[in-house]
Amino acid sequence: MNAIEVKELYKSYDGVHAVNGITFEIGYGELFGFLGPNGAGKTTTINILCTLLKPTAGQAFIAGLDVSRESDKIREHIGLVFQETTLDNELTTFENLLFHAYLYGMGRHDAVKRIDDLLSMIGLQSKKNELVKHLSGGMKRRLELIRGLLHKPRVLFLDEPTIGLDPQTRANVWGFIKEMKRAEGTTIFVTTHYIEEASDFDRIAIIDHGRIVAVGNPNKLINEMGRATVTFGATDGATVQTLIGHGMIESGSGEYQIKTEDPDLFLKQILNLSGLKINEFKIKKPVLEELYLSLTGSEIRDEYVDRPRKIRGHNR
Amino acid sequence: MKKLILPIYVITLRDLKKFFRQKSRLIGMIARPLTWLFLIGTGLNQVIKGGLGVSYIQFILPGILGMTILFSAMFSSISIVWDREFGFMKEILVTPVSRFSVAFGKIVSGMLVSTIQGIIIMAAAPFIGIRFTIFEALLLVVFIMVVSICIAAIGVFIASMIKSFESFNIIMNFIVMPMFFLSGAMYPISVLPRFMRYLMYLNPLSYGIDSFKHVMFVEFAHFHSDFSLLFDVVLMVAFTLVSTVLAAFAFDRQQKE
Repeated sequence: MNAIEVKELYKSYDGVHAVNGITFEIGYGELFGFLGPNGAGKTTTINILCTLLKPTAGQAFIAGLDVSRESDKIREHIGLVFQETTLDNELTTFENLLFHAYLYGMGRHDAVKRIDDLLSMIGLQSKKNELVKHLSGGMKRRLELIRGLLHKPRVLFLDEPTIGLDPQTRANVWGFIKEMKRAEGTTIFVTTHYIEEASDFDRIAIIDHGRIVAVGNPNKLINEMGRATVTFGATDGATVQTLIGHGMIESGSGEYQIKTEDPDLFLKQILNLSGLKINEFKIKKPVLEELYLSLTGSEIRDEYVDRPRKIRGHNR
Repeated sequence: MKKLILPIYVITLRDLKKFFRQKSRLIGMIARPLTWLFLIGTGLNQVIKGGLGVSYIQFILPGILGMTILFSAMFSSISIVWDREFGFMKEILVTPVSRFSVAFGKIVSGMLVSTIQGIIIMAAAPFIGIRFTIFEALLLVVFIMVVSICIAAIGVFIASMIKSFESFNIIMNFIVMPMFFLSGAMYPISVLPRFMRYLMYLNPLSYGIDSFKHVMFVEFAHFHSDFSLLFDVVLMVAFTLVSTVLAAFAFDRQQKE
């Protein structure tokens, strides 16, 4: 049995399929990325998997438990970090964490020890007794992350965990997530649209219009996508052109491009050609971002506005 | 069992912590009834003379006590709407605790917060010449708790019905204020025209305030109370049971949508 198994899952609102028949599975201990534009169905899928929404059709299992019938048991085994903040601003960091631990039935002694360990791992020990409303956005995110892991879930769901964070905090967050995956074998399901973050995930699925359009190891997916582009500058362009022949494109100011299956071999061949005055070359392999854009198109998506805007900034 | 009791304890603990931390809210919650008691009570005391057997300021103390409970218990439970708005409810709902115990937790914390405030207002009684024995004071506290549970449960029920806190003013104007004025707080039920009296009979707060009158005006009870004490207690318990069950189911149902 896998950590997560999803079979022909559908979720419809008034006839519109937010999730349109998706099937995938995630093994235990895997770091799995769910990539897609806004409104592609990522959050809907997460909400179904963590039992906050009921699927219209299809099945989903978390640790072998059916999301439609065993939601109470599933909740014991999952941790969640939502896209929006779900902390109590009027309580301290420690109180937020302790509240969470108690709701999962942890004893005070175990909870306090675990809280201290996690706080120092993520670098928030000094904010332990600070009211959450006085923390910065990045600190709140990190706090939510350790809260999601407090009760040692088997599967951790992260919905856009690094949205709006500065590069330093992003690196800190990813370092921590990978460390926890290694140390505790937590299965991690991440949605993101920061594509470069997903390049070292174990596997990714690209979702668009409620359907999965690609799934697999990110590097494999990229290699399957096709040929690399070699760009080089040469002072003696005309000679190069005659020697290499077809397929070479001059892109102006002495720069040339050629598409090839194996850029390394191509460059060796070029260097072996005597008499050429190639003064530089670089290899540009297609990156995940290009794969993503080629699969989902490059037009900008607005999120489906299906519920009223939340009002923020009020004091309780 | 642990699964049912624990969340009630945790949710109550959270609300009490926040209650004592927000001094301004506590002061505001006590200032309102005291203002009513001393400003309206003193003013009308001069206008309304005789016929009541007690002075007007004394007459409205049970009503002001009812008002304190109405506001604090109602708003304590309606904080569910705030929690939903600010996302914290989601954090509670993905934990393994049952929806029922979340609803009960909210009712219990509303009851406690409101009882504390009720006791503070009760302590104003000696200053306006109302005295009671320790036994009567304890009895009053029990009644305060029963009324508080009932109102807190109604609060959870309403919170499960409304979607956003824009609806808040509507609740204030169409539920809380009518509940206050149609409860015998400001005038005896018996002086009202019949159709208004029927509305009062549907209001659980009427029986709560009436039970306070029984305890506070022992020797005038036959004159000021509208129902017998036994009738008050039976009706309050009935309202409390019904509203608690309705609240728990409404809350549970709403989360399933």
